[in-house]
Amino acid sequence: MEATMLPEVTAAGIIIKAIIVLAVIAGLAAFGTYVERKILAYMQRRLGPMHVGPHGLLQLAADGIKLFTKEDIIPQHANKVIFSIAPVIMAATAFIALGAVPVFPDFTIPFIDVYVPSIASDINVGILFVLGMMAAGLYAPLLAGMSQANKWGIIGAARTAVQFLSYEVVTGLSLLAPIMLVGSLSLVDFNNYHADQGVWMVVYQPVAFILFLIAGYAETNRTPFDLLEHEAEIVSGYVTEYSGLRWGLFFIGEYANMITIGILASVVFLGGYNDLWIFPGWFMIIVKIAFMFFLMLWVRASWPHIRPDQLMWLCWKVLMPLAMVNILITGFVMMII
Amino acid sequence: MYEFIAFYIFAISTVVLFGITVMSKNVLYAMTSLAGGMVMISGFFFLLGADFLGVVQLIVYVGAVMALYAFAMMFFDATKDIKEKHQNPTLTIVLGALMALVFVFIFSAPIIGENIEALYPVVEGVGNAQAVGMVLFTKYLVPFELAAVMLLVAMIAGIILAGKKMDHSLTTHDDAVDEVLHHRFESESDAIHDAEKIADRAEREGAGK
Repeated sequence: MEATMLPEVTAAGIIIKAIIVLAVIAGLAAFGTYVERKILAYMQRRLGPMHVGPHGLLQLAADGIKLFTKEDIIPQHANKVIFSIAPVIMAATAFIALGAVPVFPDFTIPFIDVYVPSIASDINVGILFVLGMMAAGLYAPLLAGMSQANKWGIIGAARTAVQFLSYEVVTGLSLLAPIMLVGSLSLVDFNNYHADQGVWMVVYQPVAFILFLIAGYAETNRTPFDLLEHEAEIVSGYVTEYSGLRWGLFFIGEYANMITIGILASVVFLGGYNDLWIFPGWFMIIVKIAFMFFLMLWVRASWPHIRPDQLMWLCWKVLMPLAMVNILITGFVMMII
Repeated sequence: MYEFIAFYIFAISTVVLFGITVMSKNVLYAMTSLAGGMVMISGFFFLLGADFLGVVQLIVYVGAVMALYAFAMMFFDATKDIKEKHQNPTLTIVLGALMALVFVFIFSAPIIGENIEALYPVVEGVGNAQAVGMVLFTKYLVPFELAAVMLLVAMIAGIILAGKKMDHSLTTHDDAVDEVLHHRFESESDAIHDAEKIADRAEREGAGK
């Protein structure tokens, strides 16, 4: 029904879309560091970056120049090929994951008449694809840690595996209950479900929402779970030996993943890109993603790190049974109603 | 047109990557190329329109299996080559080539005989996941349940093997903490003792001069 109204998606449109996503998200990732430092600073009663530009706004330009001009060092005993591939895996998987989620509103470029869709590749198992791609992204810290011939790196890599095995089950199980309600794996169907119901998914599935957020923070290595590069314990974990642009790629990948988790949470639980009252859909989704991003910073400012064994305990003994119970209850309620 | 190009890219990269997995002496290369090969295989599923299977391939093989692989690999020094023991390389090559040949015959025979028929053709208007579910819960219900039971058995066995000390925490257990603290104090006092001895000796030597 809706598909007939939309113009045809051409290869040119998708390429333009991919370039836009790459440029904007990579830029946002850089800007995200500034926002993160500023918000953390205000929450901790500091000033944050203040010296470059008004209120430190040009700090990201300074950081960018520093990153681009820094010497790129490969340690002597490192496995050079894997060492160079690892950061690329991080950035690539993060952006491939963004290919299957709705990022910006669709529009038509006026003069050359090219339609640019909202989702670069609208596969009908979008939600699983995004999760799978983000899971593949964990190869980056794993390989980076193992290839750099550094003890801190190895510990970081080992923790990557531990963390992956812990949260992956919870992510899948927490999303299963909403998937059962919607009856589809397509993110477009999730969005339409919200439009039909008029109520956000988070009202029906509050437990799943919280579980997904916790697992999502573990997936993006945000602070309560940032075991991989725990500065206080293992120097910098898997990025210990990285410098310059290669380190920057890890950084861009991490922020792109944060945005992806924000988009997933907004589309699955918070009403997606539907209009709300007088606000248009594209505005609402940006507000929601911004809020999810802010929430991650808020959590970072509020809670200390946890230990790897605490993470495993949390995921396997608390979150996974909770998710299972949630699925069971959802199933029974769906059968009765 | 695009599909042809994509197919050959996926095919060549899969073969090359798995080739590296088999040939390489370096654990890290073998592991990385295996993971890459698995990703490339999921590309074939996407080309065939089986999105769901492609994603499952991605999640299961890239995710779970490789994470377990990584655990095993933690016990090697990943930056060094492994010394392999080749007892009879000729036999290995001959047997490997024969196996490959047999597989080619097995899979190409029905294609050559044009004897391929879809027993469960795609139902129009049904998504990928639903189609897989339909086949799983009708035709293949028994194998599906058997697989579930086998996994359950494996899980119970794992819990029994590893679960004896499940509630025994290494970090919060009092005995363990005591032991560590005690040990540290002991070694610290030893160190102080040693330092005193060295200082004494240095003093004596200085006096001797």
